[in-house]
Amino acid sequence: MPSVLPPGDPMPADGSLPEAVRADLASRTDRPFGLYVHIPFCQVRCGYCDFNTYTAEDLGPGASRQSYPDTLIRELEFAAETLQAAGAPQRQLDTVFFGGGTPTLLPAEELARILAAARELFGLTPGAEVTTEANPDTMTEASAGVLAEAGFTRVSLGMQSAVPHVLATLDRTHNPENVPAAHQTLRSAGLQTSLDLIYGTPGESLGDWEHSLRSVLQLRPDHVSAYSLIVEEGTALSAQIRRGVLEDIDADDQADKYLLADELLTAAGYAWYEVSNFSTGEETRSRHNLHYWQDTDWWGAGPGAHSHLAGMRWWNVKHPAAYAQRLHAGASPGHGREILDDDAKVLEHLMLRLRIAEGLEIAEYNALPQLGPSAAEPISDRLIAELVKEGLLEEEAAQPSAAHPAGRAVLTLQGRLLADAVTRRLLG
Amino acid sequence: MSPKASTALVPAATDPSAIRNFCIIAHIDHGKSTLADRMLQLTGVVEPRRMKDQYLDRMDIERERGITIKSQAVRMPWEFAGETFAFHMIDTPGHVDFSYEVSRSLAACEGALLLVDAAQGIEAQTLANLYLAMEHDLAIIPVLNKIDLPAAMPDKYAEELAHLIGCEPGDVLRVSGKTGEGVEELLDRIVAEIPPPEGDAEAPARAMIFDSVYDTYRGVVTFVRVVDGRLSHREKIQMMSTGATHELLEIGVSSPEPEATKGLSVGEVGYLITGVKDVRQSKVGDTVTSQSRPAEQIIGGYEEPRPMVFSGLFPIDGSDFPVLREALEKLQLNDAALNFEPETSTALGFGFRVGFLGLLHLEITRERLEQEYNLDLISTAPNVIYHVTDESGVTHEVTNPSEFPEGKIAEIREPVVDATIIVPAEFIGAVMELCQSRRGTMDGMDYLSEERVEIRYTMPLAEIVFDFFDQLKSRTKGYASLNWQGTGEQTADLVKVDILLQGDKVDAFSAITHRDHAYSYGVKMATKLKELIPRQQFEVPIQAAIGSRIIARENIRAIRKDVLSKCYGGDISRKRKLLEKQKEGKKRMKMVGTVEVPQEAFIAALSSEEGNAKDKAKK
Repeated sequence: MPSVLPPGDPMPADGSLPEAVRADLASRTDRPFGLYVHIPFCQVRCGYCDFNTYTAEDLGPGASRQSYPDTLIRELEFAAETLQAAGAPQRQLDTVFFGGGTPTLLPAEELARILAAARELFGLTPGAEVTTEANPDTMTEASAGVLAEAGFTRVSLGMQSAVPHVLATLDRTHNPENVPAAHQTLRSAGLQTSLDLIYGTPGESLGDWEHSLRSVLQLRPDHVSAYSLIVEEGTALSAQIRRGVLEDIDADDQADKYLLADELLTAAGYAWYEVSNFSTGEETRSRHNLHYWQDTDWWGAGPGAHSHLAGMRWWNVKHPAAYAQRLHAGASPGHGREILDDDAKVLEHLMLRLRIAEGLEIAEYNALPQLGPSAAEPISDRLIAELVKEGLLEEEAAQPSAAHPAGRAVLTLQGRLLADAVTRRLLG
Repeated sequence: MSPKASTALVPAATDPSAIRNFCIIAHIDHGKSTLADRMLQLTGVVEPRRMKDQYLDRMDIERERGITIKSQAVRMPWEFAGETFAFHMIDTPGHVDFSYEVSRSLAACEGALLLVDAAQGIEAQTLANLYLAMEHDLAIIPVLNKIDLPAAMPDKYAEELAHLIGCEPGDVLRVSGKTGEGVEELLDRIVAEIPPPEGDAEAPARAMIFDSVYDTYRGVVTFVRVVDGRLSHREKIQMMSTGATHELLEIGVSSPEPEATKGLSVGEVGYLITGVKDVRQSKVGDTVTSQSRPAEQIIGGYEEPRPMVFSGLFPIDGSDFPVLREALEKLQLNDAALNFEPETSTALGFGFRVGFLGLLHLEITRERLEQEYNLDLISTAPNVIYHVTDESGVTHEVTNPSEFPEGKIAEIREPVVDATIIVPAEFIGAVMELCQSRRGTMDGMDYLSEERVEIRYTMPLAEIVFDFFDQLKSRTKGYASLNWQGTGEQTADLVKVDILLQGDKVDAFSAITHRDHAYSYGVKMATKLKELIPRQQFEVPIQAAIGSRIIARENIRAIRKDVLSKCYGGDISRKRKLLEKQKEGKKRMKMVGTVEVPQEAFIAALSSEEGNAKDKAKK
C-alpha cells in the first residue's frame, strides 16, 4: 500500500460500522470475503517503493518483528468482534493474502500462526486461496514445507527482473540466480507459484525486458504479474530522476514493453485476466487480486492496510507503533474512511470491471441504482461502437448475447494501455 | 526670502497679470510629489497639522474610494516683491501613451518646471515632454531635485539640462523636495520667469478642457483653463465639438480641496461639474463656451482619442463575460480613450476586442480589470491598425487578424513611429542591434553628455507593441528609456500566419507579421504548443500556414499508455480520486475540433516569455 493515505473522514475510535454498511452486509453473504495481512518489514528499502514498510527490526512496543504477529492477531480478533457487534452474518474467508513489505522476513511458523488465528476466528472456505509474497532469497525447503503444511496454497515471488543492472537500479538485493531454486522449492512443496515483474525501470532496454520475460517463461510459473514502474513522489527513485542521476520513465517505452509481455506470455499459453496479471488458466488466477476488482468485501489487517465492506472503504494508521498502541488500548487501528456516494460507486464499478478480462457487463452497469442520481451517463450503443471502431474495445464481446443482453465492454490490447482514457469516455 | 501671501486673491476676480499657470514635467520617481508637498506647505494652502506625505497622490487613493475628487490643478497663493500672485499648478500624465492628454495640459500653461533627479539625469519620456513643452512655447525652468542625495551629481546633470534647453548650467535651480532647500527660490522664479496668461476678458467665454474625471458621487468633474471671457455658476454651457449643453451645477478651484466659486475668469484654471456621468461627454481638448453668448472659434488642437493598439480580452471563466462587459463599461466612464466591441473566438469563447492608446494603457486596463473586478483574463497578442488593399482595390482596416482579407493582396500599410531611446553610451550597440532586428531605420543620434546618448529610430509600431520595451530593458541592464510618437504609415511586406491544430485554425493564435518573421513565429508557436498540449488518443499535427502554404509543422504523438498498473493492495480510493481529478481536468479543456486543449496552454502560448507563461498558467 502507498505511504500516502487518501483523504477521508476520521474513523470512530471504536471502529463501529455505520448503519448503512450494517444493513447491506446481510445481503452480501454470497459474495467472497477476503483477508489481507500486511507485514511492514523489509531488509532494505527499495528506491522505487513507497509502500508502508520499514527496515528497522524493532519499531516500538508491539511492533518489533517478534511482537508484531501478536499485534496483528489482535486486529483479527478486533475484526471478528466488530463484525459480530454489527450483526453481520458469519462469513468464511475465501482468500487470504500476506503482502508487504517482505512477509517472509517473519519466520514461516509465525505466518502459519497468523493464518491459524484467522482460520479459527473466521473459518476458511473449502478450496480457499492463501497466498504470501516472498523474497526469492529467503525461501528454503523447510520454510516452504511449513507454509504448505499450514494451508498456504500460493507463493508470489518478487523477482522484478532477471537483469542485474535493473535489479541494482531498483535496489533489489536478491540474487537472480536464486529465483529458479526458490521456484523449484515452492513447486516441490506443492504450492502454486507466481512471479512478479516490474518493467520500465530507468536503464532497462527492451532486450533486458525480453530477457526477464524469457527467464520467467523457462520456469513456467502458474501466474505472472507484470507491473509498470511508477515513480512515486517522495521515493529515492523520484529524487534521483529529479537530480538527473536516472532518466525519467517513458510511457512509450512502457507501452512497448507491455506489448512485448503480452505477446510472449500469450504465445506461451498465458492469458490476461486483469491488466497487469496473466495466468495459465482460470484455476491459477489470483482470486484475491481479482476480488479487488469485483466489489467484494475484505478486511485489511496491519498498519496502513485498506479494507472494504459494503460500500465503505477505510484504512489503518500508517506507523506500526501507532497501530500497535491503538490495538493494545482496545481501539480501532482505523485512521480514515469514506462511505461511497452514488458517483463514487458508479465510477468504481466502471473502472474496476473494465480492468478485468470479463469486462464490464453493460446492461448491469446501465441498471445500477446509483447511476440515475450520479453525474455519469448510461453507456450508449453508439459510444461502444465508437470505441470498438477505435480499436479500444473487443468487437465480439460488445455484441449482445443471451447472457449479456447489452454486450460487454472488454478492453483490447491497445485498450488495456489506455484503460483510464476509456474509463473517462464511458463515464460521459 | 519670500513670505507666503497674507491674503489670497479671489477666484473670478483676479487680474490675469497676477496669475501664473505651470506644470511639472518629470519622470515617475524623480520626486514630483514630494516637491508638490513642499509647495503646498510653503504657500500655506495645506495647514501644517493636515500635511502628510504625497498629499496630492493620497487624494487619488481617496478618490478611488469615492470620497473626494483628484486634484488635477491646484491653486496656490504666493507673494513676491510686495505683490500677491495666484499659481495654478497643473498635473500632467507622465507616459507616452497619453501624449495627447499631456499636450492639452501643456496647452493650459505658460510655463513648465523641468524636474530631473540629480542622481539619474533626464529620461526619454521627460525629454519628449520637454520637446512638447518647447513646441508650445512654454517658459522652461530647469530644476534638479534630490540634491540632498549622496549620489547626486548636480554639476554633471546641470550641464546636461543646460545643453538640452540652451541655458547656462548656472541657471539650473537645485532643490530638495525632501528638505525644502531651494523651493522658495523656485516659487519666486515662477513669478519672475513664467509669463502671465493673455486673453480677452470681454470676449465670449472659451475654456479648454485638459482633463475629465469620473467621480462616483459627483459624476464627471471637468478641469478647464479659461482662455477668454468668464464662466459663472448656474449658467448654461456648451461643448463646442458636439453642441451639447449642460448647466453648471458647480464651478470652482482646488486649493487643494475643491472650493466652489462664483466663477472662473480669463486665465484661471479650475473645475466644472454639470452632472454628466460619462467622460466621453466632456472630452479632453474640447472647448467650453457659454450658451447665451457662444464663441465662434473652437480652441485649436482638439483631437478625438484614437486607439493605436488592439487586443482581445477574454475571461478565463466563460461565465464571467457579463462581469467583464460591466467592468469595461465602468472603466470607460473615466477613460474616454477606451473603446471595445464584443468578439467571439472559437478557441477562447466570448470576449471583447479592446482598443488602447498604447501598451501601457493596455496593461493598466488589464490590471484594473483583474484587481478591481476580480477577473481572470486572457489577452491575445496586441495588434496595430493595418490598411490592407486587396486586388480589387478595396482597402480594409484590420485591427484583428481575423479581418485580414483572403486572397491576393495589393498593398499593406502599417503604422510607424518615431522612437527615441536614451541610454548610456556603452549600450549603443545593443540598442542598434535590437532596433535593426525590429525593422527600425536610424534617424540620428545625439550625445546629451559624454556618457548619455539619445538615439532616434523610425520603427513599425507593430514591432514595439509586443515585448520591445522588455527586450530594451534587459539588453541595457535597465538603463534605457523609451519614448515614441506615431508619425504615419508605410507599406510593408506583411503576411498573416495561421496556426492549425489537426487542420483546424485556432483563431486566437493567428498573427500578422513581416514576411521575414513569419517562419520564426510559426516555428515558435508550433514548438510551444507541442509542449503545452497533452498527448491525445490520436496524433495531432500542429501547422503554421500562410494562406494554404504550410511553413512549419510539429506533431503531438498519440498517447499510448494511460493506465496505472497497480491498485496497491486494495487502495481503490486513491485510484478513483485520480480518475475524478482527470474528469475535473477534462471540464477545463477547450475543444479545438476533436483536440482537447487545456486553458493553461492558451494562456502560456499567448504570453511573451517562458517564465511569465508559467506564472500565468499557474494563476
